[in-house]
Amino acid sequence: MVKRRPAILVLEDGRTFHGEAYGSVGETFGEAVFNTGMTGYQETLTDPSYHRQVVVQTAPHIGNTGVNGEDDESGRIWVAGYVVRDPARIGSNWRATGSLEDRLATEGVVGISGVDTRALTRHLRERGAMRVGISSVDDDPRALLARVRQSPQMVGADLSAEVTTAEPYVVEAVGEHRFTVAALDLGIKRNVPRRLAARGVTTHVLPAGSSIEELLATGADAIFLSPGPGDPATADGPVALAREALGRRVPLFGICFGSQILGRALGFGTYKLGYGHRGINQPVLDRVTGKVEVTSHNHGFAVEVPGAGVGAVVPDQVIDTDFGGVRVSHVCLNDNVVEGLRAADLPAFTVQYHPEAAAGPHDADYLFDRFAELIEGRALSEGRSNA
Amino acid sequence: MPKRTDLKHILVIGSGPIVIGQACEFDYSGTQACRVLRSEGIRVSLVNSNPATIMTDPEFADATYVEPITPEFVELVIAKERPDAILATLGGQTALNTAVALHEAGVLEKYGVELIGANIDAINRGEDRQLFKEIVAKAGVRLGVDDPAGLVPRSRVCHSMDEVEATVAELGLPVVIRPSFTMGGLGSGMAHTPEDLARIAGDGLSASPVHEVLIEESVLGWKEYELELMRDRHDNVVVVCSIENIDPMGVHTGDSVTVAPAMTLTDREYQHLRDLGIAVLREVGVDTGGCNIQFAVNPADGRIVVIEMNPRVSRSSALASKATGFPIAKIAAKLAIGYTLDEIPNDITLKTPAAFEPALDYVVVKIPRFAFEKFPGADPELTTTMKSVGEAMSLGRNFTEALNKAMRSMETKEAGFWTVPDPAGATRENTLAALRVPHDGRLYTVERALRLGASIAEVTTASGGIDPWFLDQIAALVELRAEIVDAPVLDAELLRQAKRAGLSDRQLAALRPELAAEDGVRTLRHRLDVRPVYKTVDTCAAEFEATTPYHYSSYDSETEVVPSDRPKVLILGSGPNRIGQGIEFDYSCVHAVQALRAAGYETVMVNCNPETVSTDYDTADRLYFEPLTFEDVLEVWHAEDSSGRAAGGPGVVGVVVQLGGQTPLGLAQRLKNAGVPVVGTSPESIHLAEERGAFGAVLARAGLRAPAHGMATSYDEAKTIADEIGYPVLVRPSYVLGGRGMEIVYDDPTLRDYIGRATDISPDHPVLVDRFLDDAIEIDVDALCDADGEVYVGGVMEHIEEAGIHSGDSSCALPPITLAGSHLAEVRRYTEAIARGVGVRGLLNVQYALKDDVLYVLEANPRASRTVPFVSKATAVPLAKAAARIALGATIAELRAEGLLPATGDGGTMPADAPIAVKEAVLPFKRFRTRSGKGIDSLLGPEMKSTGEVMGIDTNFGHAFAKSQSAAYGSLPTGGKIFVSVANRDKRGMIFPIKRLADLGFEIVATTGTAEVLRRHGIACEQIRKHYQAGEGDDAVSLILGGDVALVINTPQGSGASARSDGYEIRSAAVTADIPCITTVPGAAAAVMGIEARIRGDMQVRPLQDLHATLRAAQ
Repeated sequence: MVKRRPAILVLEDGRTFHGEAYGSVGETFGEAVFNTGMTGYQETLTDPSYHRQVVVQTAPHIGNTGVNGEDDESGRIWVAGYVVRDPARIGSNWRATGSLEDRLATEGVVGISGVDTRALTRHLRERGAMRVGISSVDDDPRALLARVRQSPQMVGADLSAEVTTAEPYVVEAVGEHRFTVAALDLGIKRNVPRRLAARGVTTHVLPAGSSIEELLATGADAIFLSPGPGDPATADGPVALAREALGRRVPLFGICFGSQILGRALGFGTYKLGYGHRGINQPVLDRVTGKVEVTSHNHGFAVEVPGAGVGAVVPDQVIDTDFGGVRVSHVCLNDNVVEGLRAADLPAFTVQYHPEAAAGPHDADYLFDRFAELIEGRALSEGRSNA
Repeated sequence: MPKRTDLKHILVIGSGPIVIGQACEFDYSGTQACRVLRSEGIRVSLVNSNPATIMTDPEFADATYVEPITPEFVELVIAKERPDAILATLGGQTALNTAVALHEAGVLEKYGVELIGANIDAINRGEDRQLFKEIVAKAGVRLGVDDPAGLVPRSRVCHSMDEVEATVAELGLPVVIRPSFTMGGLGSGMAHTPEDLARIAGDGLSASPVHEVLIEESVLGWKEYELELMRDRHDNVVVVCSIENIDPMGVHTGDSVTVAPAMTLTDREYQHLRDLGIAVLREVGVDTGGCNIQFAVNPADGRIVVIEMNPRVSRSSALASKATGFPIAKIAAKLAIGYTLDEIPNDITLKTPAAFEPALDYVVVKIPRFAFEKFPGADPELTTTMKSVGEAMSLGRNFTEALNKAMRSMETKEAGFWTVPDPAGATRENTLAALRVPHDGRLYTVERALRLGASIAEVTTASGGIDPWFLDQIAALVELRAEIVDAPVLDAELLRQAKRAGLSDRQLAALRPELAAEDGVRTLRHRLDVRPVYKTVDTCAAEFEATTPYHYSSYDSETEVVPSDRPKVLILGSGPNRIGQGIEFDYSCVHAVQALRAAGYETVMVNCNPETVSTDYDTADRLYFEPLTFEDVLEVWHAEDSSGRAAGGPGVVGVVVQLGGQTPLGLAQRLKNAGVPVVGTSPESIHLAEERGAFGAVLARAGLRAPAHGMATSYDEAKTIADEIGYPVLVRPSYVLGGRGMEIVYDDPTLRDYIGRATDISPDHPVLVDRFLDDAIEIDVDALCDADGEVYVGGVMEHIEEAGIHSGDSSCALPPITLAGSHLAEVRRYTEAIARGVGVRGLLNVQYALKDDVLYVLEANPRASRTVPFVSKATAVPLAKAAARIALGATIAELRAEGLLPATGDGGTMPADAPIAVKEAVLPFKRFRTRSGKGIDSLLGPEMKSTGEVMGIDTNFGHAFAKSQSAAYGSLPTGGKIFVSVANRDKRGMIFPIKRLADLGFEIVATTGTAEVLRRHGIACEQIRKHYQAGEGDDAVSLILGGDVALVINTPQGSGASARSDGYEIRSAAVTADIPCITTVPGAAAAVMGIEARIRGDMQVRPLQDLHATLRAAQ
């Protein structure tokens, strides 16, 4: 059997796990988070929202279907490190074009395997997400711990510039063109423009630093605020842009980080969750329909609504903001976290989770229809009559 | 959307006897349903004919009807109980079919009963193949898939052989044949040749209640997946679990090795299956509840085909519930009364709702357990007709760990890879060739092929499509094996690596002979401190805290066993169901848990059978889903005992091995030797009862008779004994359950043949040779004995068939129907003497034969028997509960004072007006075919073949027997033709019953010899030639196959073993035609009484609670 190099994983509180090198040999640091998805490792690895994070996969077998040319959510792997229990020795799938481990090695992703990932996950659940280091070059946990404690924190991290596109690009509508959307790329996933395109939407993806004028200059009927990594409290530029858009009544849709941006633009705070939501099995209640959808999540921060403590049920009522009434449209049934906001008087709504899925269930795909309807102005009038 | 307030009384329909394809998973689901409904304040009535179920314990329903699950009897229950609604989705196909029949007969409408949990249209849409095909295509259109018509195999529904042939002309062979409305895939199969086609399609048409089969494009070799879904009335849908079959399409999922979650799907493919599953569920219109959908995926291009859906809780949903911790049946019951998923809390986290999809951080493997050895001549090829009789499940932190644990859970001769030598002459080529036919234990063949040098690609091809990922996992084990064999020493690192891969001490011992066997490996392992930790099944991959101690072992770093200072008792379950060891033992284990919990112990259940109530995490205080091997049990004991002591408590104060059948009993001595506190009857006492010589001494001391006997290790020795005691003799291996390998031998050549076939004979395992008592009455007794030697006779059962038919296969009556008071006194005296002589502390089962007024002891088993639940229900006394308490030190006097046992009297002397309970066995002959496609022989003998049993209970024997037949086989006929062909020695005994049947208006058809005798007694009968006699027109077999016969009475000819097979053609025709076939004189006499009762037409139903109240009052 292939012998792997030993590797260690050290958390900032000192807890240490021993395992073997996986992917690239080296050393890496980041925020340790766990993901409970049982499928979709390729989508997870290439999701820019995981930038600077060391992802722990709770599913024990990773790499079973190899990697293919179709399932990347961006142009590269973003995770800062990868923790798995049992890496596959071969990938088996008719679409596979290579092995996951080769890809990790090629892209220089340092990982560790053979770790009791359940013990690590339980630790993160109890103590919260924290900094971590993985090393397959230094076997001294104490030295690694010192370096972990010097590595940057996630709170206060402004990462949009590191993940955004360098140049604007366009994803054309499929079939008849109906609308144009300008997407502010804070770490967008490929499946977002794809889901929009399926509804006749042409998406112009612009770099994170773009101004509202630049967005609207594309001829956009609406603005999309993308998901992405980092602490929303640092995103002053995008928040200001969102306030502009609200003021001009430009239809607005945000996902995940984009949802936090809109929340802040409306005057709400954001806070860091203990260990975040990362998985594809999260139950979210849509308060408009009263139905539950099983959804894909990847967020470490959330919007704080005045009057509702963390973990408390958010009342289903209109909250006054600078931009009129706002309702919490979606909540996570596991822990009552705010999962969606909807402006009552303006054409704007967001969700904290991932209707574009990839990975994950397609239950929330209808939100792209809502966006299209919003652009058409229909939902706006309905929203008013509901208010 | 809270629960409905208009439902105050619900009738739950169970699934009846355990049969292949419908086993105790429905006791698990039905028990959950009853619990849920009652906790909601709803009155629950229940119909289930299976006395071995927990659900039919009187405390689980308000009115429990142990009555046949037929429209006739269920209507009687409805008329008496007048429920608001019926819940039929938790009782398998039996319950669903009965509900549909009641609807179609207008009974539901007549009594204003609503069917909840499913609607008739949805059932029809799900089960009618043609409708279902249209529905899938419609769902595909709605989803916008490219080729909606391609979502189902090309196929056509046929109602005749002409239509079948026309369809195959279009599709080409091979094709799959699937009859409509049968359970467990009964009657389905794959036809590669026109001969296959004629046979399978012909049988399928007759097996289908609507004479309909689907002929379908073959997706043989495609990957097979299942999804378990739940929907509530607000249209919320969740996927509880995905299951991947290692055996590709072509093997029934019940016979496949399966894995959860799916291992070889990308998210894109998995979500496509999920979307399709949900769309189909909505299109079918399953309003609320659980549903199972099966898919085939073409490994070459990913094309998905929807195979079928079951709009009800199924075997797979029981597996999915155990695999995930998401209790599908419980939730289904809540959804049926109006709750929505988001209103129901997740049992395990308590804080999060059931409206979510479980995330697993472990791998689950299920392996089916077969019983081909019980049916010589049956074709062991695995096909789309389910043939397995049970299954074991295991959990591990990786696939190989789960796989190895599941393999050693099977309790077959092989205890995992490398534990038995390769077949002589095994080569890479012949091993690859052997892979082509799906068979029991195919993964052993896979491992051997890889070890002998075959590539993964070659094995994928040879096996018809096993996914390379699984094969690579096994290849990794092959590499690890070489490393272990080659290593200079087995050091801690390599040992740990081997344990992480799931290898047992026994497997390692096989690879390292210098380590003094399994014990040596264990000693080394403990010295190196390589021990398992215990993880928790929590539905959420550790995202939330779990409150339910549902554990599995793994060689990982952190254990989750919560220390507790309470006194703990481990109860060892019975492992996978097999013939001879099934639900009855699980029943007793669950009772032990209930009794010991109530007595203040912390109960810890150890078992590996996912179908059972015992492995419901709600049953015991703690559940360990582990193989029942010495190593695995010892580690659980160690984990619980040491954590308990560390918490300042007494740790494990007892391990109960008596209630789970032979499996835990077989571990008793080794556990005791290892310092484990085995409670109840001591291993030494167990040996006294099981070792022939020692037991003979016990009998001799008490002056009890037993048939003359001896022990032999060779033919010569056996012949000497046979000559001495005289033929016929009963021969069998020592230490068996279910009469495995037991035969009645009438002459020297047959004896020589038997000894020649019994390959395992050794001085340690001799063959027992007993005088066989012809025409004796067989009596079964279950009794309790405490430390003071006080004996409580639980019940005395009189067999209806004469001795010689395995007690598990014969019907019996309680209280006994013909025994005299003096016989009963003798039975009591014998039982007390044996219980005291052996030193029983708990349950004892004794089998007796009464011949010419002399009582002989056949055998004694110092453990819970198969009949414990039947006796408990027939006498209103919970014997297994009492046994568990006695094991932990209670006396019978104390239990009488407490009220667990009656204050006075016992089951050996029932009140004169006690109802008669009849137990009838259910046999699986219909499932099997010989290689040439013929039915197999249904003749009964000393080797047990039944899979389950039913109980009929009524005020007199005739009614009770008629009910037992209705419940087991379909009702006895009340008119029509009866075919009779009996052996010469039985002709005298048959005259009365046949005459009575003729007087009742039946037409009698008989073979020549039988007809002559009947005519001489004035019985008009039609004469028909035997199958092998030349002549014109119908012979006996074609008459039966033609469907004109309502009942067959055929007793085996002659006394030689070869002569016994004479009636084979007749009996197998009866099996094929699915009509009752009686093979003994007493059976015929009982049938006559049953038929008379049916003709009188005064069948009544009465709840068990009522019967028990009467019995208790009489005590």
